Amino acid sequence: MIPELGQFALVLALVLALVQATLPVIGAHKGIAPWIALARPVAQAQLLFVVVAYLCLTYAFLDNDFSVRYVASNSNTELPVLYQISGVWGAHEGSLLFWALTLSIWTGAVTLFSRSVPAAMLARVVGVMGMVSVGFLLFMLFTSNPFERLPNPPLDGRDLNPLLQDPGLAIHPPLLYMGYVGFSVAFAFAIAAMLGGRLDAAWARWSRPWTSIAWVFLTLGIVVGSWWAYYELGWGGWWFWDPVENASFLPWLVGTALMHSLAATEKRGAFKAWTVLLAIFAFSLSLLGTFLVRSGVLTSVHAFATDPERGVFILIFLALTVGGSLLLYSWRAAQIRSTVSFDLVSRETGLLLNNVLLVVATGAVLLGTLYPLITETLNLGKISVGPPYFNAVFVPLMIPLVLAMGVGAMARWKQDSAANLVRKLRTPLGIALVLGLLTPLLMPYYHLGAALTLFLGFWVTLTTLWWFHDRAGHGSLSSAIRTTPRGGWGMVTGHLGIAVFVIGAGLTSIYSSEKDVRLDPGQSYELGGHEFKFLGVVSAEGPNYSAERGTVEAYKGGDLVATLHPEKRVYRVQTMPMTEAGIDAGLFRDLFVALGEPLGQSGAWSLRLYHKPFVRWIWFGGLFMALGGLIAATDRRYFQAARRTVKAGPEAVAGAA
Amino acid sequence: MKARFLIPLGGFVLLVILLGIGLTMDPRDVPSVLIDKPAPGFTLPDLHNLEQTVSSDAMQGQVWLLNVWGTWCPECWREHSFLMYLKQREGVPIVGLDWRDDAADARQMLAQEGDPFLFVGFDPDSKAVMDWGVYGAPETFLIDKKGIIRWKHKGGLNPEVWSNELKPLMQQLENEA
Repeated sequence: MIPELGQFALVLALVLALVQATLPVIGAHKGIAPWIALARPVAQAQLLFVVVAYLCLTYAFLDNDFSVRYVASNSNTELPVLYQISGVWGAHEGSLLFWALTLSIWTGAVTLFSRSVPAAMLARVVGVMGMVSVGFLLFMLFTSNPFERLPNPPLDGRDLNPLLQDPGLAIHPPLLYMGYVGFSVAFAFAIAAMLGGRLDAAWARWSRPWTSIAWVFLTLGIVVGSWWAYYELGWGGWWFWDPVENASFLPWLVGTALMHSLAATEKRGAFKAWTVLLAIFAFSLSLLGTFLVRSGVLTSVHAFATDPERGVFILIFLALTVGGSLLLYSWRAAQIRSTVSFDLVSRETGLLLNNVLLVVATGAVLLGTLYPLITETLNLGKISVGPPYFNAVFVPLMIPLVLAMGVGAMARWKQDSAANLVRKLRTPLGIALVLGLLTPLLMPYYHLGAALTLFLGFWVTLTTLWWFHDRAGHGSLSSAIRTTPRGGWGMVTGHLGIAVFVIGAGLTSIYSSEKDVRLDPGQSYELGGHEFKFLGVVSAEGPNYSAERGTVEAYKGGDLVATLHPEKRVYRVQTMPMTEAGIDAGLFRDLFVALGEPLGQSGAWSLRLYHKPFVRWIWFGGLFMALGGLIAATDRRYFQAARRTVKAGPEAVAGAA
Repeated sequence: MKARFLIPLGGFVLLVILLGIGLTMDPRDVPSVLIDKPAPGFTLPDLHNLEQTVSSDAMQGQVWLLNVWGTWCPECWREHSFLMYLKQREGVPIVGLDWRDDAADARQMLAQEGDPFLFVGFDPDSKAVMDWGVYGAPETFLIDKKGIIRWKHKGGLNPEVWSNELKPLMQQLENEA
């Protein structure tokens, strides 16, 4: 009964989404006030029914209702409750429902927190988000119904994919989806502004906090994903340029460009058309990413053919959403007259450079990701490009970006003089050069790549901190710090995050060491200044798996610093072997041990040992960036502007209608 | 309307056409040509000793799997632990075909992740792979005792494919004369 209720709620949500996608938009176009006023309540009602549907599916998981096909394929009576809840978004159908839920939540949030936006504009925004909702709900109901019943329910379910039975991966998709779908808000604002024919700075101001928050979620999602891959896959890597990862990285890159471009549009009215295009791209790539991943298009290399019906639907949906927006763009953007001019040396140029580099990087990653599909289509045979391509293309693009970051933040809007910039930057440049060249001496051995890495890290750190000094001008530094708005603090925190990340990524890839060894119980091996002593392996039982659990002690200079427990698990239902690495985390190094295979009868095992300096910095950097985005999104400016316009509300509504 | 604002739309239309063609090209049509045909066989350098060669003739009279892989292929890494499982717990004879790869990298991967293969043919120039009509990596063929290709799987092997398709089919083939 409950699954049918969920199904019914979904159908009702679809009907409401249809209303939401049409009447408010038409109302805004023709000036029909009651239709405009429909936007809020309809969107909120839609949210309610999607929530009901979602709760029904969750109930089916908790209730072990294996007559529901989706539950039978992704759950099991022995599955721990946490994973029964996260199992709801663990596979295709449920993750679509989760997508739809996230979209409704964002729409609901827009209806609640955009009181400063004129009613007609809000109606269009909500309408555009309704159109996306319609697409998703139709897709779900026609090709991927999570509530489908099985005629002969099995006694027990097939269990959740063991890879997903991990706290990191339980929260990874929700974060990622909040990010992906969050870009739909900026997208909807851009489309609504184009529909209304008013592509001024206002839409940029309204969409800025939404974009930042979406970006924060996406950043956190990627960080958690990378962290998960590191400890769960057991290869000690943190980024693999896998299509699945790229799918989340592409919208992140464009989203980063969008955040910066929105700043220029809001503050200076610059790059109006370009910013709209970025808003469309960010969301389009989110859509493309979700589908590429969820339809298994690229992971299994073998394209849409896993289910042609779904593939066709996906393609039509993508074509309508993205094609429609780009058509509208080609029409409206041509009417924008950019009256803003700026000099070659100015913050605008810095932001433009940021945008160009990020978009080129996006293009390169997209090309690499779709390359197998392209060559296949053009009958050039199957070629897959791997990490060497991505590293060769991506890293050289990031170096100028990081260099420009220090210059850009320091440059003035509109015009600045080169001499002035050089004068301001030479001190941080000098210090960064000296520190960058000297600090690798503290490392196990000198490496030029490490010097470059550290120089970039110090450069960003120093120029970012210098920004306060520059802000103070002739006044006192403390008052400059006190008066810095949250937007400024967000920039500072985010850019420091980049510095931390760069140092982490660079030093880890240069100084990590790893070794495959065969160890008898009691034997030890020395790696990266640590002695790893293998004590043996015992059998252990988990709730739905059995494991072989090793114990390894790590000594440094004779002192025990960590006891590690790497495991090999076999999940009972899916008989899938999994590696759980034993990790001792530290600020300056991780010790990482993965269990290989038993060798012979003596209790000897093959073990993989890693010593990874600075690897944590990669994720700390990501967390800093996310924190920066969060601080910037909560800038008082947005709320003050909101309060002011609420007072002027009635006229604004009357004017728009 | 200025033409330059149509560029994004033009690019997107190209992408949709690309995806559309990709969609109509059902890769499942391709292998049907080889299914139930005699396996082409191969003689290739031995990955572990490039001076020597290995040949599929060694597998005559057995039911065996040919797994096409490469260290450049992320899915192959993901599939690897399951191949180890097939070798160790299910005793499946698997022959590897290391495709478009660097021999040192490939040996390193097998040393690190375990070696699930009876032997591995090294095929950097797609010599054998072309004959087998390989679409991408990983890809796995099932060959019966008479040397006929009976089944093919594109993408990584997993417990589901194993228990639903491969295992029953292999048991059936083992029982054939």
